[in-house]
Amino acid sequence: MTAIDKASIPPASADNTFDDPARRAPLVLGGLDFGGVTDTVCRINEQRPPRAWYVAFFISLTLLGLLVFCVGYLFTTGVGVWGNNQPVAWGFDIVNFVFWVGIGHAGTLISAILFLFRQTWRTGINRFAEAMTIFAVICAGMFPAIHIGRPWLAYWLLPIPNQMAMWPQFRSPLLWDVFAVSTYATVSLLFWYVGMIPDLATFRDRAKTKLRQFIYGVLALGWTGSSRHWHRFERAYLLLAALATPLVLSVHSVVSFDFATSQLPGWHATIFPPYFVAGAVFGGFAMVITLAVPARRFFGLQNIITMRHLENMCRILLATGLIVGYAYAVEILSAWYSGNLYERFTFLNRAFGPYGWSFFLMVFCNVVAPQALWFRKVRTSLAGMFIVAMCVNVGMWFERFVIIVTSLTRDFLPSSWGMFTPTWVDLCTLAGSFGLFFTLFLLFCRYLPMVAMAEVKTVMPEAHPHPHVESTPDEKRFDYWPDEHVKK
Amino acid sequence: MAEFADVDAVIAAARRCRDAGFSQWDVHSPFPIHGIDRAMGNRPTVLPWLVAAGGLTGLLAGLALQYFTNVLDYPYLISGKPLFSLPANIPVIFELTVLLAALTAVFGMLALNLLPMLYNPLFKVNRFRRVTADRFFVIIYTADPKYDPQRTPEMLRALGATAVEMVEE
Repeated sequence: MTAIDKASIPPASADNTFDDPARRAPLVLGGLDFGGVTDTVCRINEQRPPRAWYVAFFISLTLLGLLVFCVGYLFTTGVGVWGNNQPVAWGFDIVNFVFWVGIGHAGTLISAILFLFRQTWRTGINRFAEAMTIFAVICAGMFPAIHIGRPWLAYWLLPIPNQMAMWPQFRSPLLWDVFAVSTYATVSLLFWYVGMIPDLATFRDRAKTKLRQFIYGVLALGWTGSSRHWHRFERAYLLLAALATPLVLSVHSVVSFDFATSQLPGWHATIFPPYFVAGAVFGGFAMVITLAVPARRFFGLQNIITMRHLENMCRILLATGLIVGYAYAVEILSAWYSGNLYERFTFLNRAFGPYGWSFFLMVFCNVVAPQALWFRKVRTSLAGMFIVAMCVNVGMWFERFVIIVTSLTRDFLPSSWGMFTPTWVDLCTLAGSFGLFFTLFLLFCRYLPMVAMAEVKTVMPEAHPHPHVESTPDEKRFDYWPDEHVKK
Repeated sequence: MAEFADVDAVIAAARRCRDAGFSQWDVHSPFPIHGIDRAMGNRPTVLPWLVAAGGLTGLLAGLALQYFTNVLDYPYLISGKPLFSLPANIPVIFELTVLLAALTAVFGMLALNLLPMLYNPLFKVNRFRRVTADRFFVIIYTADPKYDPQRTPEMLRALGATAVEMVEE
């Protein structure tokens, strides 16, 4: 009995983006069998990376250096080096924080929510999307920590006894944020690492040098693929997914409470939690596409991250984009319908005031550009989806800028109006945070399993017992494509 | 230790081992095999109950932490609002519930699996390295009361094993 009938495996050229209800679309192409999947993924780690990796790493590292310099300058001089002041006390720091936290959401959506919905196509992309989540949360967590002015007192945020014998105020949304973001970071990290244990064991077993054997051996914790272990592993993974699902919805809701519970026109809105969560998923998926399109090419993962995976992501991008567009419309409608003078003014000011350009840029990038994804041609074109995703990346950053800055510049009292202009430190810190993100991401691609090999194997048709194996009636489940070859 | 090349063979072998009444044996595979628990006769894990207990601990800890710090130890009146108002305390309670439940899920799973276990005699077998790539193994421990040095390897071979060998402890 041969393990796998080669003829049954779809070739690389197969178009797996069409849906035939009679059979499951294949998720792994190119004639890869179990060993082939292992080889394809491990090759990234075992061979020298492509030249593009070095170029990208050099650029990222330079930007990271810029970040270190800017933060050092900030710490030694004070928050006055930034452009925020009264009345715009929240500037780039909070814009960047909300932007980066939002990016993380797509990773958890892919790893947890799509897992609960049994979307098998998630297996190809979940590992690096989870990595993206963690690195984005690191970037996000940095901003509140450095914006507090005296970062060496950051521990006041935590409920640990301090020299003033005071406790944090738990009725403040800003403290909820501390708990929400730190829990999110911890759970994402656990989820990521637990999922990676079997793949680290693969790296260990293929290691050629003592050093690699040792490092991956320790990281893999002695995993042997025992079925009794797998049983508990799968249960733990399911529970983590079930826990991460409400968690991810809570994180950006809590972030939005920072705004929604204030009295400022433009922030004080009940739509904020769902609006922020949809925006976060939208922005996150744009970042996943931005990373996936070049990564699959440079690392030769076209057979595992197939066009079907990318097209599915484009569909989610379109769907969440529509929700975001709807939320913009509802915000404007509620401002008008509320009859509140200040609310109405805030929205008129957003569109036609001094920062009107950023409002229209946001609407173009987040509402108009994703409409291109209605067309199959765009959804299946790498260049097309990349351009749309880049638009969304820009648009989602400006969404936070519009919400935060335009609301603060002109509130109730015209005598206290003021403008916000970012300084060079603001701009360099933003650029530097991308450096931090991409440095971590590139190191991850190089040294850790970029694709969840064990999970990809479970969605391959060969992973399922075939009907000719004697079994009890309720075990007879063979609805995976293609099973025809077994009956021969 | 017997090596198998595909899922069907290893499932069939697992059923035979289960029916033969072995108690100290295991199936090793590169990914979780659908239906292997039934084929092996594995009982469900207690992990979900541990996680529920962890979550409940987090919930109570969150409640107690906020009540103690903001009501008992350092009451601080803001705009005449109540010192303890459950809606305002829910986010932190929720986060701590999830946090402790997730920590229990991960560390409970590792503890029940007796991991980390960095030394394992199986790692000395070169063939076993492919267990994390594309091979399936059935292992019957010699400590098993039903183990027979003659007949057990024969049985495994008859089940379609591509290789059968002894592993020294």
